[in-house]
This record gives sequence, structure tokens and C-alpha cells, in this order.
Amino acid sequence: MNFDFSDDEKMVQEQVHRYLNDNCNFSVFRSVLEGNEPYAEKVWQGLAEMGVQGTAVPAEFGGVEAGYLTLCLAAKEMGAHLAPVPFSTSVYLFAEALTRYGSQEQKEKWLPMIASGQLKGTIAVSETVEEARPDNITATFGDGRLNGTKLVVPQGMVADVAVVIARKGDALTLVLAELDGVGRTSIEMVDPTMATATLSFDNTVAEELGGCAGDTKDGWSALADIYNRAAVLFAFEQIGGAEKALDMAVAYAKERFAFGRPIGSFQALKHMMADMYVALKLAESNCYYAAWALQNDADDLAVAAAAARVSATQAFQLCARDNIQVHGGMGFTWEFDCHLYYRRSNYLTLVLGGLATWEDKLIAALPADAA
Amino acid sequence: MDFSDTIEEAAFREQVRAWISANAPEYLYEPLSTSGFGSTRTGDYDPLTEAKKWQKKKADAGWACIQWPKEYGGRGATPIQSVIWNQEEGVYGSLSRTFIIGQGMCAPTMMAYASEEQKQRYLPKLASGEEVWCQLFSEPHGGSDLAGLRTRAEKDGDDWVINGQKIWTSGAHYSDYGILITRTDPEVPKHKGLTMFFLDMRSEGVDIVPIKQANGDSGFNEVYFDNVRIPDAQRLGEVGEGWKVSLTTLMNERLAIGGSIATGFPEIKALVDELRIASGSAIEDPAVRSRLADWYAKSAGLKNTASRAISALSKGETPGPENSIGKLVAGGMMQDIAKFALDLQGLPGAIMDPEIASGSARLQAMLMRSPAVRIEGGTDQILRNIISERVLGLPEDMRADKGLPFNKIPTGN
Ligand SMILES: Cc1cc2nc3c(=O)[nH]c(=O)nc-3n(C[C@H](O)[C@H](O)[C@H](O)COP(=O)(O)OP(=O)(O)OC[C@H]3O[C@@H](n4cnc5c(N)ncnc54)[C@H](O)[C@@H]3O)c2cc1C
Repeated sequence: MNFDFSDDEKMVQEQVHRYLNDNCNFSVFRSVLEGNEPYAEKVWQGLAEMGVQGTAVPAEFGGVEAGYLTLCLAAKEMGAHLAPVPFSTSVYLFAEALTRYGSQEQKEKWLPMIASGQLKGTIAVSETVEEARPDNITATFGDGRLNGTKLVVPQGMVADVAVVIARKGDALTLVLAELDGVGRTSIEMVDPTMATATLSFDNTVAEELGGCAGDTKDGWSALADIYNRAAVLFAFEQIGGAEKALDMAVAYAKERFAFGRPIGSFQALKHMMADMYVALKLAESNCYYAAWALQNDADDLAVAAAAARVSATQAFQLCARDNIQVHGGMGFTWEFDCHLYYRRSNYLTLVLGGLATWEDKLIAALPADAA
Repeated sequence: MDFSDTIEEAAFREQVRAWISANAPEYLYEPLSTSGFGSTRTGDYDPLTEAKKWQKKKADAGWACIQWPKEYGGRGATPIQSVIWNQEEGVYGSLSRTFIIGQGMCAPTMMAYASEEQKQRYLPKLASGEEVWCQLFSEPHGGSDLAGLRTRAEKDGDDWVINGQKIWTSGAHYSDYGILITRTDPEVPKHKGLTMFFLDMRSEGVDIVPIKQANGDSGFNEVYFDNVRIPDAQRLGEVGEGWKVSLTTLMNERLAIGGSIATGFPEIKALVDELRIASGSAIEDPAVRSRLADWYAKSAGLKNTASRAISALSKGETPGPENSIGKLVAGGMMQDIAKFALDLQGLPGAIMDPEIASGSARLQAMLMRSPAVRIEGGTDQILRNIISERVLGLPEDMRADKGLPFNKIPTGN
């Protein structure tokens, strides 16, 4: 058994890590947070020069074709650095939607531009303040035109193109629309660095994804399939963030003194951090397995992805929350970085549907004899 | 990443499988597979006799303690081969529970500190299960704070004379030998005045009194020492170095990698698949699904963590610190699962009779045994101390006894 990443995969991770360390520190994040720029364009370009966006994109469509295991490790770095770029929406969601359901022609047209970083993509789903369900999707598609409003679209302010779930008669389908000329309104979010927008489609030109055209695949189950794959990649972002939050807590606890001793010697805090570590390691191990399942399109991908998603969500939420606690009053200041992880952890929890949704998916996907 | 065996591993697995299928006590498969947590069910057969029979059979064919050197009763197998053996032995492995302390903890200590002659004499019989060993560490005044122990050893000629009391000694009542940690110098700080021995449990002056456990079983004992004489030749390590020796023992006190980690998940899943509750089928209830998902994610997390350890072993590396989370996660989880399972059934959930209760009362047995998992071999709190200090590098606890001679340490009475 070799349940570990290869040296080549780890080398790419190391390169992404070094690049982000040098070029995407907290001041970059804060510049986006304060609204100076909608996303860190220089970082996006830098990543593109390294080919990171095209990590898992097949070579025939202009990618590096280094596989999903490598992409997972890159995702972990993106999460650890809270990189404020439209990476997840472009790569885990838009590119995956095309890879899975695009026609040959669509792939040839769009994937190379995503892989090169020339284009930024996203996926548009939710329309109301309730979690998206098949029965609260009302956007319509017909005769090559898309109509309707998508309330919360991650990176909607900066994306060039989107996959949109819409109604076609009684059924749901996935369509692709360029966002030039589409109405965009910025919407305030728990994590303001995700350039989230409300998009209004008014007779916008759109085309169905080849794999959903006609009655080939119901749009909702296609979306679920894309989400399962994206869940693995988001889970890696989550453990990247969780690990950083734990590191911050540990470092602060060693330095800060109270009652004449480092606060890290107080057992209440030590045990809190031990629990953060445990949650992180459980999630990390589940992420490893899910990465394998994603790379190999394993039969149990749905279970593996949901288990990774559930435990990574728990781990990032716990680590980000208790990192604030370890920092005391400082943790509740705008100036300290604790809230950046807290914001991101809560945002990532919801981006593909909340924890309860994934818990439910996990149980639904479990085989009868699961142990 | 790749979950398949290497060619050598696959060949070894084949060999193990063939031997096990030709030799395992199949008549015990049924009862062993339905054993309640913490117990070994052997149906109409006596558990200790069956355990010894299976162990001896393995030893005769060279399949006992396979990682030990051949001359001490093992097979000289690699760590990964040992994992493969554990995986293949499956439920029959639970028969070896009787020998875990002896083989898993006493033996490594003997290997590190006993004389060559002693190793030749004792280890093969420990491997074959012909002689059972126990671990005489904990005392009324030394559990988590093991170094606070008070049992005295005083030199008298070529012998040491032991007086005092041990407690919680698992299996003392059927053990032939034990390793014993004692205090030889009360005037130096507590970790410095300890010395380790091994002894014949039938020595004169040893008195073993069973303790009835909270769950009604009787697995552990009090052991009293009244002027028990131990030859100096049975000392393990130098005088005053007992703490260092004990660390060898305790380092080996961890879940055997490759054996499955009991978490309670299969039991709770089986229950809710069948059970009906007020809202309908239990498995359809959102609250049940939420808890179940959390537990599945945890138990998968432990299994996948074990896989990481196995790959490290397969590459000849040492498993990482993430392996320290197993008992901490599993113990609390079992207790939560058992409580939740009973709660779903209302009053009938409290039935302990395996003939009547759903799932042969395995969850009820788990309710009553799981508190011990959170105590034995390091309490949850001690494990969190270890993770925070040794893995995360947080500062040590402030200790009231630091640097004090043992006999000046506050005792609370
Ligand atoms: C089923 C079972 C089998 C056992 N078998 C054996 C055996 O074969 N041989 C053997 O030698 N021992 C054995 N033990 C003993 C076991 O190792 C001890 O019970 C255990 O180490 C705890 O010690 P204690 O019982 O003295 O509890 P204490 O140490 O008194 O602990 C009481 C409480 O205080 C907490 N506590 C103590 N110190 C700290 C600290 N520094 N920080 C935070 N909290 C703390 C503990 O977590 C616990 O909650 C067994 C125990 C059980 C339950």
C-alpha cells in the first residue's frame, strides 16, 4: 500500500506554497478585503504563469495534466494562504463542469482559456435566501436564451463566464453563458473576498452543456456530480486553512503570558488545541482518501467526498473558531488575522451547500454494509 | 497513491490466508463475530483455553508474534508483514486479547533489558501463550501520575524485598509473570527513585484480589506484596532507572496497527437501518442522519489514518504523530454512540439481556464498557496533554511536585 502523495505531487505543492508565501501574504488578502481590488490580479497571473489553473486539465485542452492528486495539494495551499483569487470557482467548479459535461467543442473552446488563466469562470445556482433545491430554481433557458436572477454567485463580480442551472420546460439543465453585459450587483458576504454578485440574465445568449443537452442528463444530478468532485478540492482548501489557524493558535499560546506563565501552559487551552489537532488529522486522512477516489473515479467517490467534506468542514470551523478564543480580545480585532480564517471557514462551509446537506448526502451514499 | 500490495506483500498475504483458512478455529467464528465490545465470546467453549489453543497452534507453525526474532519465538517478519497478518487474522485475532499486555508491552521491555539467557527462557513461552504476563504499574497513588507510586523495593543480600500494593492489574489472576515497577529511593525526586523488575506471580507473599468492574465483569485485580523476594538478576535496567524502562513499555501501549479499531459505527448503523422511531424509519430521520454522518466521518478518518501508518511502514518509515489520536477519538465516540442508540429505543433500550435486546445487546455492553476505554492506557486528559506537549510543542503543565524529593510531595492526606 502506498497511501501518500508522490514526490512529484509534493514538489508542485512546494512550488505553489513558495509562490504564495512570497506573493500572497495577508496584506494582499486585506487589500481585497478592504475593497481596493475585487481579487488579487497579480497573484492570479503569477499562478497562471506557473500553470496552476491547468493542473488537472488534460493536455489536449491546454492543461498540465498533472492529475487531481496534484490539484488537491495545490488546493490545500490556496486554502492555507486564503488566496483571494477566483481559483476555486474557475478550477473546481467551472472547469469540472466542462470536463464532465461539456461537448468536445465546448471543452476545446473553454478549457484552454481556464488553464492559461486567461478566463475566470464560476457556477451560478442559488436564487433565493434558502438553500438551492430543484424546486426553487426558476431561471429559464429556451431558444438559446437565459432569463432569471441568480442571487449569490461566488466570484460573480469578476467571472467572465458561468455555468448556470436553469429550467428547460419541466426539467433542469446546465447552460453556459458569457457574462459580458449581464447585470452584476456586488453582494456583501461573510467573506467579502469572494467577489460575490447577484447576476441578472435578461435574454442572455447561452448554450446547453453537451452532456446535458436534450434529455441526456438531468441538470440537478449533473450538478450533484460536479459538487461531489469539487467537494474534495474544497475540503483540501479547508484543511489548509485549518492547519494555518491551528498553527497561529499554537504560536500565540507560546508567546502570550498571563498569571506569570505562557497561556499555552493552561490545560484548558492545551486541550482545546489538542482537539483542534485531532479534528484536523481526521479530516486530513479523509481528504487523502477522497483525493485517491477523485483521481481514480472510484465507485465510492460520493461517500469519500462527503466524508472528506464533513470532517474538513468540522475541522476548519473548529480551528478558526477556537483560534480566536486562544487570542482573547486581540482575536476579535479587525487588525489581527484570526477573523480572516473565521470568515473563510464559514464561507467555505456553505459554498456547496451546508454541513447538514453533506451529512445527508453522506448517509444517502453509504452502501448497506458500510463499516 | 495505490492501495494494492507489492508483489512480495501479495505473496505473503496468500501464504497467511492459506494457513489461516486451513487452521483457524472456525467453530468460534460465529460467537467471536458477535462479541460485545470489550469481551470475547466463545460460545460453549472456555475463552482462556481457546485463546491458548489458538496461540499455541500459531506458535508451532511460526505464526505467533511474527515480528519478533526467530530465536525468541517469532518469525523475524517486517512491520508491514505484521500488519498483513493482523488484517488476515480478522476476528480470530480477538482471541489474542489475553496476551496483548504480555506480548505487546512486557515483551519489548524484556527484549530491551533482560539478559540473553532470560530472553531465551521467557520470550518463546510468552509468544506461544503457554505463559501469560501482566503489567504491575498502576497503584492507588499512581495512575496518571504513575511516578507517584509507593510500592517499596529494598535490597537484602542478592534479593530485593517488595512491600506495597498494585491495582487495576488486568489478568493478574491468570498470569504467570509480571513486570513490576517499584520505588527504591524515596529521597530523590519521584522519577529518579524507581526500579523495574519482573517476577513470578506465584512468588510467596503475592496476594491477588479480583476487582468487580462497573460493568459487572472482573478483568482486573488488586495485587498485594508482603515481603515478596525477587532476585537481583530479575531487575530490568539499572537501579533508579525504572522510569526510563517504563517508557519502553508505555511506548508500546498503542493500538496494534492493522487490527480494526472498534468505534461502534457498524453497530449503530445496523441498529438504525432496522429501527423505527416516532418519525418513521430511524435512518430517514435528519437528526439521526446528522449524527451518523459525523460518526462515519470519524471512523473513516481513523481507518484512513491507519492506512497512512501502514504506508509508512511499507516504505520502512516510522508512522507520524497522527497515530496518537486513535484511542482518544474511538473511546468518546463509542460512549456517545451507545448512549444515542439506547436513547432512540426508549425504555427497551435499557435491556441488557442479549437474548432479548436488539443487536444482541452489543450497544448496551458498549455503554457499560466504553468508560474504561477513556481511562485505561492513559486517560483522555493525559492523551490531550501528550498531544499538546509532544506533538504541538506547547509548554509543560505547571507541576506542584517539580524537583521535590518524593517523600516531600503533597499527597492531599
Ligand atoms: C479496564 C482497565 C484496565 C487497566 N489495566 C491496567 C493494567 O493492566 N496495568 C496497570 O498498571 N494499570 C492498568 N489500568 C490502570 C490505568 O492505567 C489507570 O487507571 C489510568 O492510568 C488512570 O489512573 P487512575 O485510575 O489513578 O486515575 P487518576 O490518575 O487518579 O485520574 C483521575 C482523573 O484525573 C485526571 N487527571 C489526572 N492527572 C491529570 C493531569 N495531569 N491533567 C489532567 N487531568 C488529570 C484523569 O484524566 C482522570 O480524569 C487499567 C485501567 C482500566 C480502567
